Amino acid sequence: MVLVASACGEEGSGGSGGGEPLISIVSKGFQHQFWQSVKQGAEDEAEARGARITFVGPATESDVEEQVNQLTNELAKSPDAIGFAALDSQAAEPLLEQAQSQDIPVVAFDSGVDSDIPVTTVATDNRAAAALAAEHMAEALGGEGKVALVVHDQTSLSGKDRRDGFMEWMAENAPGITVLEPQYGGGDQLESADITTSIIQANPDLAGIYASNEGSAIGVINGVRESGRDDLAVVGFDSGQAQIDAIDSGLMLGAVTQDPVDMGRQLVDAALNAIDGKEQPERIDTAFYWYDSENMDDPQIQAALYQ
Amino acid sequence: MTVLKSEADRRRPWWEGVTLAALRSRLQQLLAFASLIVIYTFFAFASPYFFTYDNFISILYSTVVIGTLAVGTTFVIISAGIDLSIGTGMALCAVMSGVFIVNAGLPPALGVPLTVLFGGFMGLVNGINVAVLRVPPFIATLAMMLVAEGLALVVSDSTPIYFNDVSGYTGISTGHLVPGLDIPNAVLVLLAVSALSGLLLTKTVLGRYTYSIGSNEEATALSGVNVRRWKIAIYAFAGLFIGLAGVLISARLGSAQPATGMGYELQAIAAVVIGGTSLSGGKGSIVGTLIGALIISVLNNGLQIMSIPQEWQNVILGCVILVAVYADRVRRGEP
Repeated sequence: MVLVASACGEEGSGGSGGGEPLISIVSKGFQHQFWQSVKQGAEDEAEARGARITFVGPATESDVEEQVNQLTNELAKSPDAIGFAALDSQAAEPLLEQAQSQDIPVVAFDSGVDSDIPVTTVATDNRAAAALAAEHMAEALGGEGKVALVVHDQTSLSGKDRRDGFMEWMAENAPGITVLEPQYGGGDQLESADITTSIIQANPDLAGIYASNEGSAIGVINGVRESGRDDLAVVGFDSGQAQIDAIDSGLMLGAVTQDPVDMGRQLVDAALNAIDGKEQPERIDTAFYWYDSENMDDPQIQAALYQ
Repeated sequence: MTVLKSEADRRRPWWEGVTLAALRSRLQQLLAFASLIVIYTFFAFASPYFFTYDNFISILYSTVVIGTLAVGTTFVIISAGIDLSIGTGMALCAVMSGVFIVNAGLPPALGVPLTVLFGGFMGLVNGINVAVLRVPPFIATLAMMLVAEGLALVVSDSTPIYFNDVSGYTGISTGHLVPGLDIPNAVLVLLAVSALSGLLLTKTVLGRYTYSIGSNEEATALSGVNVRRWKIAIYAFAGLFIGLAGVLISARLGSAQPATGMGYELQAIAAVVIGGTSLSGGKGSIVGTLIGALIISVLNNGLQIMSIPQEWQNVILGCVILVAVYADRVRRGEP
């Protein structure tokens, strides 16, 4: 019985009963560098503000059922707030309603949740980030030439926004640039490489390629290397060793990176504000940066990049 | 003659004749059950949030999909086969349910049985490949796993199919048929099909030949049984569970997710093995499989509620599987 009492006491002091508030974060994954950085940022902010976090996510970004189970288990702990990056908004709706009935505020992050329940959404403005990539490519090409897009998919919100943000900026600001029909490689490195080589073969006058996430960018880098072209302006998204190396070697012009550490920090900040009942904006944009060989060593950029 | 004797032994239901000898032959199943109780008790003491009725229901609910797949695949594994196509096959069946019910507008009362039959058809193809074309089960079902993974994406155009406008479809999983008990229907479905499967395995000719083929295929053939036909039947029967799992997962999520399912086959096989079914065939039970599936869910749930880092959760799960397989070897080594 002593065991029960002490175990209960320990958990109780950290749970919703008092003491440090507990924020349960259910992400879209946990192994990838990106999510590990979100976790890092969340832990840093929680430590600074006197809160506790737990961080879980499914093994793959298609495992909706596992994520639903994880959210169920987190709700069983009655945390003070939930941070949630939905793989499928609809599948999670009953659980969000449960959170609401338990008076647990939900903060959406990474991508929006299609529901009224989250108090706010902490995410990167993908359209604006893609527009920044377009701006740098147009500048490098002197406002003229033919560019191609290798996008990770045409169904997810991030895929659509990173495609449309790039294309819209080009249409509005760079009349001299022709944008080819976007191609989709599923974020798969090999498939994106194959797509890249065939685009280069079909368009000998190609001047630039834009890749919409890390997997696509690695594919584009390999495809360009295989084709032997060294005069293309290659612009990527996110980070990772392959892109960093490609920028170092001059094969890649630069890339736009989200700031996952900042996302984690803002997520915990928003969750704590929600616990305190503070008013919050509907959307909280997290930082993103353009990085290339010139600014890659800035401390601020370094903090946002992962190997 | 030894085949016949042990066969008669296995046909006995688990509760019958709880003598010392019977207990020994059920050693591992007992071991599995004891482990389940120990693990459950441990978590109940370790966290104040674990031992509640709501959480008990959550654990049962999270067992449904893996449990359904595992019950079906128990038949295949007892017959000394293996089915790797159940995970992505389930995703394909979920998509087919969407095609039947959302795209073609069939009522669920028709679309659901069609989906289950579609799973049976996939199993039938597996069975023909294994029994008639003599492709080793590992390869035949590996091929089916890839075919199903691809077809699920092709048929759905790589986008989830939502059952928003189909009234009652999500109720198959999330509804409560028994008022007051708060048990989701999907759990009742799992319990019902498990009871039925247990009876089929212990009381019918299908079950008898499943054990018999698994323990000695040659002797079974020599005794005049059409092994080829029965193998096809076993795979096709197990396929029905792939279809059912496809219905249950899509009803729970309110959508058919075409890219999901990879890895479910390994979890289902793990549940079967933890439950004491021998991968070399001839031994096993449905109760054991259910216990195995529950052990996995209880571990997943309890470790998460204790806020154990997720990386370690997999390490612990892996160790449990190792222990279970080791216990299986020890048991088989016994005279």
